[in-house]
Amino acid sequence: MDSLHHFLTMLPQSVIGAADLAAAFLFLYGLHRMSSPVTAPSGIFLAGAGMIVAVLASFLYGFDVSAAARPNLSVNLGLVVIALAIGSSLAWWAGRTVAMTAMPQMVAIYNGLGGGAAGAIAAVELFHNKTPGMTTLIVTLCGALIGAVSMSGSLIAWAKLDGMIKQPLRFKGQQLFNALVLIATLAFGGFLVMATQSSATPVLSIPSSIYLFFALALALGVFMTLPIGGADMPVVISIFNAFTGLAVGLEGFVLQNPALMIAGMVVGAAGLLLTLLMAKAMNRSVANVIFTNFGDIKKQKPGAIKGSLKPMAPGDAGIAMRYAKSVIIVPGYGLAVAQGQGKLYEFVKLLQAGGVDVKFAVHPVAGRMPGQMDVLLAEAGVPYDLIFQLDDINEQFATTDVALVIGANDVVNPAARSDKSSPIFGMPILNTYQAKKVFVVKRGEGKGYAGIVNALFYGDNCDMVYGDAQAVLIKMIEAVRGLGLPAVAGKSK
Amino acid sequence: MDFQISISGFVAIYLFMLAAFAGWVIIGRVPAILHTPLMSGSNFVHGIVVVGGIYALLNAVTMQEQVLGFFAVLFGAGNAAGGYAVTDRMLAMFQTSAHPIAHAKHGTVKSIHAKKAKAH
Repeated sequence: MDSLHHFLTMLPQSVIGAADLAAAFLFLYGLHRMSSPVTAPSGIFLAGAGMIVAVLASFLYGFDVSAAARPNLSVNLGLVVIALAIGSSLAWWAGRTVAMTAMPQMVAIYNGLGGGAAGAIAAVELFHNKTPGMTTLIVTLCGALIGAVSMSGSLIAWAKLDGMIKQPLRFKGQQLFNALVLIATLAFGGFLVMATQSSATPVLSIPSSIYLFFALALALGVFMTLPIGGADMPVVISIFNAFTGLAVGLEGFVLQNPALMIAGMVVGAAGLLLTLLMAKAMNRSVANVIFTNFGDIKKQKPGAIKGSLKPMAPGDAGIAMRYAKSVIIVPGYGLAVAQGQGKLYEFVKLLQAGGVDVKFAVHPVAGRMPGQMDVLLAEAGVPYDLIFQLDDINEQFATTDVALVIGANDVVNPAARSDKSSPIFGMPILNTYQAKKVFVVKRGEGKGYAGIVNALFYGDNCDMVYGDAQAVLIKMIEAVRGLGLPAVAGKSK
Repeated sequence: MDFQISISGFVAIYLFMLAAFAGWVIIGRVPAILHTPLMSGSNFVHGIVVVGGIYALLNAVTMQEQVLGFFAVLFGAGNAAGGYAVTDRMLAMFQTSAHPIAHAKHGTVKSIHAKKAKAH
């Protein structure tokens, strides 16, 4: 009888343990399956199954609550169900309806939510456990700090990406100010550690120190993110993704939950790797992104570029591409802003029907987060085997008839190779200037995100097609259709 | 039969190290074309924090703990559900030109296609 009782009390623990183990495995295996577009949908499905198993099993914690929390159990269970229902249905609805161009903001919000959840768990633990061990307390505080910074920072990133905060906020001595906020936060953390470890009455009550600690940590996230420019947001989102993962992993240690520890740390490492890749694609260090103000670099001397801008009618450019053998298209964020992806693919299909070899070349920092341009092209129906990344296609420009640049600027600027004084010097670029002919579709004669003159546009082999990307593509489609050429057999799809 | 576990000291650090290494290796193999769904997918994975939130809320004693725990579950659930919704939506968009649901690697699909075109 005794052993049966023991078995029954251990049963919930064992089920939770087994469910979390299954979840940890499914997360790893699911992410592993994301290494190819073919297996990726099943990968996220498996990870989702892991999440459901872990969440359902976590209700069994109700069998094992402390004596003090037992009277609240029915209320707490109700609160869990309500919070799960509201949180997941709102986020699900938002995720299903958001436009693909707004994806970076959406990911920033979800990431902020995760950081906030880790911070809130840390807060509960700090208030709940009056006598934690030194290690537990320090790990809780670290997770709280990182989670809170990730939450408020992600919200600022969201506001910036959504266009609510238009200008980066910068003032003199900002870095010193941020450093002081960080030191103050750490000081409160240190004070909390000492106050809980010693028996003497602390100068400041522990609950108010906890509040101040969180207030400072949240403020740090805001102040850290405000000065960073919109073009650097891919790196910032990536950093905060890693931060949230790390915070979740640390709180997993506090709660003695290995599934949280593993999932959090896997994401932490993944976020770090993606951050480094993004920073490399911009030829800047991560520290440089966070601590220096990109726009501050002195402006280029005028008159350094020879040649002139040669405007061309959209229809003529379209017809020239129809008679070319090969075309490589370089899409940039300007294409997405004009919502021109659909028309672009329609134009591409026309070219393909005429036997033209068409490829897409995507720069790592095209878009507002890593890989966003690939998603936008996929959304328009472009098959992914036509989409090539920088390293895979860069040598092919020299043997290509036409390079069509749409809404991209800095990523095709040869100054990154040749001009040491340029702020983008050293950034990997797409070698469009090597193509026999270059067409650049652009709204006007304005400069790119970095505010640098682009020598490519002044080259002898380059013609400028001015106008809104979608309107230009419609004219190109009309002009090619107007030729009335028959489709080449075997090429049409 | 005791499944109660205690992860402390070096065991915790070993676990963190192995998980970080696994994350680094697994993510390093994901092609650049999938970096956005990868980011939202890894974002979804840290939504597991909702489980910690449920634990904290079920064990809440005071009203303050209940409020904080409620937000932990609310935010965690939002993180997990939203991350899944957008990742699944994006991954469904990636198609190849030869076979919409091809099981072959895209490199082989492309080269066969290119040869056919030359023959005509």
